[in-house]
Amino acid sequence: MTRIEFMQGNTACAEGALAAGCRFFGGYPITPSTEIAEHMARRLPKVGGTFIQMEDEIAGIASVIGASWTGTRSMTATSGPGFSLMMENIGYAAMTETPCVIVNIQRGGPSTGQPTMAAQGDMLQCRFGSHGDYSIIALSPASVQEMYDLTVKAFNLADRFRVPVFVMSDEVIGHMRERIEIPETVPIVPRNGLEQGVLPFAAGEDKIPGFPEFGRGFGVHVTGLTHDERGYPEATDPKIHAGLVGRLVAKVEDARHEIADYSVTSEGAEIVFITYGPTTRTVRQLLHDRPEAGIGHLQLRIVWPFPEKVLQAFPKARAFIVPEMNLGQIAREIQRHTCVPVVSVPKLGGELHTPDELAAVLEGLL
Amino acid sequence: MRREVRFSGFGGQGIILSAVILGRAAALYDNKYAVQTQVYGPEARGGASMSAVVIDDEPILFPKVTRPDIYVIMSQQGFEKYGVDAPEHAVMLVDSDLVHSRPAACTCIEIPATTEAKKTLGRVIVANIVMLGAVVTATGVVSTAAIEKAVLDSVPKGTEELNIKALQRGFALGEEKKA
Repeated sequence: MTRIEFMQGNTACAEGALAAGCRFFGGYPITPSTEIAEHMARRLPKVGGTFIQMEDEIAGIASVIGASWTGTRSMTATSGPGFSLMMENIGYAAMTETPCVIVNIQRGGPSTGQPTMAAQGDMLQCRFGSHGDYSIIALSPASVQEMYDLTVKAFNLADRFRVPVFVMSDEVIGHMRERIEIPETVPIVPRNGLEQGVLPFAAGEDKIPGFPEFGRGFGVHVTGLTHDERGYPEATDPKIHAGLVGRLVAKVEDARHEIADYSVTSEGAEIVFITYGPTTRTVRQLLHDRPEAGIGHLQLRIVWPFPEKVLQAFPKARAFIVPEMNLGQIAREIQRHTCVPVVSVPKLGGELHTPDELAAVLEGLL
Repeated sequence: MRREVRFSGFGGQGIILSAVILGRAAALYDNKYAVQTQVYGPEARGGASMSAVVIDDEPILFPKVTRPDIYVIMSQQGFEKYGVDAPEHAVMLVDSDLVHSRPAACTCIEIPATTEAKKTLGRVIVANIVMLGAVVTATGVVSTAAIEKAVLDSVPKGTEELNIKALQRGFALGEEKKA
């Protein structure tokens, strides 16, 4: 039976993870993500899982990668400087094709910045923060309900694509409490297992190798060095490197339209707001208050890989307005996929755009 | 109808908990929609803290409070930071023992919540619950039955009786002062 709760976003994230079968959390508490670690510390031992508070975030993500290789659904959660510390090992997870879920409750940066205030300033860092070319998946919830639902989805995507998947939330949604419906069960998409006799890093058409089940006699070498299909280091062969990194990127990017998760409102609109995360709520309020303005809205729940075809859903668009709690990180991404003028509405300081602020931008364009 | 409630006081008074309980009452027991948010600094206790609840019959789109209808002010610093500009249409409940200023434009209801908690109930810690009870009967923002259930959900085991007593004291004070 569905359960109705009045729940905080961070708690909903932890509950979603547990429902998705997450049984390992390794991390280090940091505002404004701490409630996720607290909740997992309380709940995991009761469901046969393990919570470890590591010495820092570098070790936190390292423990998650190790746990994932045992076949356990594993996660960490962090904010601000903690996310920066994780970057090297995120690249390691991408290179070793380790499924894991990383939650970032974004706060104002750079550096220690604004620990208790909201931001969306890490949207490019989650995509490009580790060195080298790779690809990841990033989700962005706009409500406590979506925090739960998208955390479940993050685990399924991580296992399917064998990539780090990010829940890129923020202090607004993380700390907000609202009504949530918790379903009795959630869809679980397990990892594809490696078949005996198949090389551990050989991939078929979907470019995703099967995952060797721990304890079944697979002798797998896991390395951050460029490796061949056996998993052995081959760090000087240009073809092997190009093939491996090309596959790591393509396995995610090729699926971008298939996995795209978004909502479209008023396809015939000339002026269209594009949002992800909490600014979605401001735009919905504006649409509600100004039905006569004929505004369109695109909410992205998966931001990376960026599903650029969705921009074609608005054939009459003459402006895309992109409010973000950063200096226009995703507005730039949108810009490179469209001829429609993109109006970036950046906001720094830690507070969500208000409906009045967006109404003023709209007035300037009508 | 959308109603916005803003609570302010100092960290440690239970300002955030008050808002959580009010939101819970509306969302779970009055069959409405509610969103609770907060503003706080890195300091744990002593600083001005603010929390807010939006309650509506329809799903809540913009989650933050922009034009509060009800102010609940429990410290002088909280008044100065979050209450001083209260508009004419609003109603403000102040803890009359701790807040010296009064709003210039809006209706003000004085509730001696801290004295009541200390003297009548013997525990200053329930001042926020006294205040919450007064808010409910003075404004009707949620039902008394809903807030009672939400208080019982939210307080530590063993303190239920004390908290319900505090809430009922608040109901009486709010009823008394609302006219």
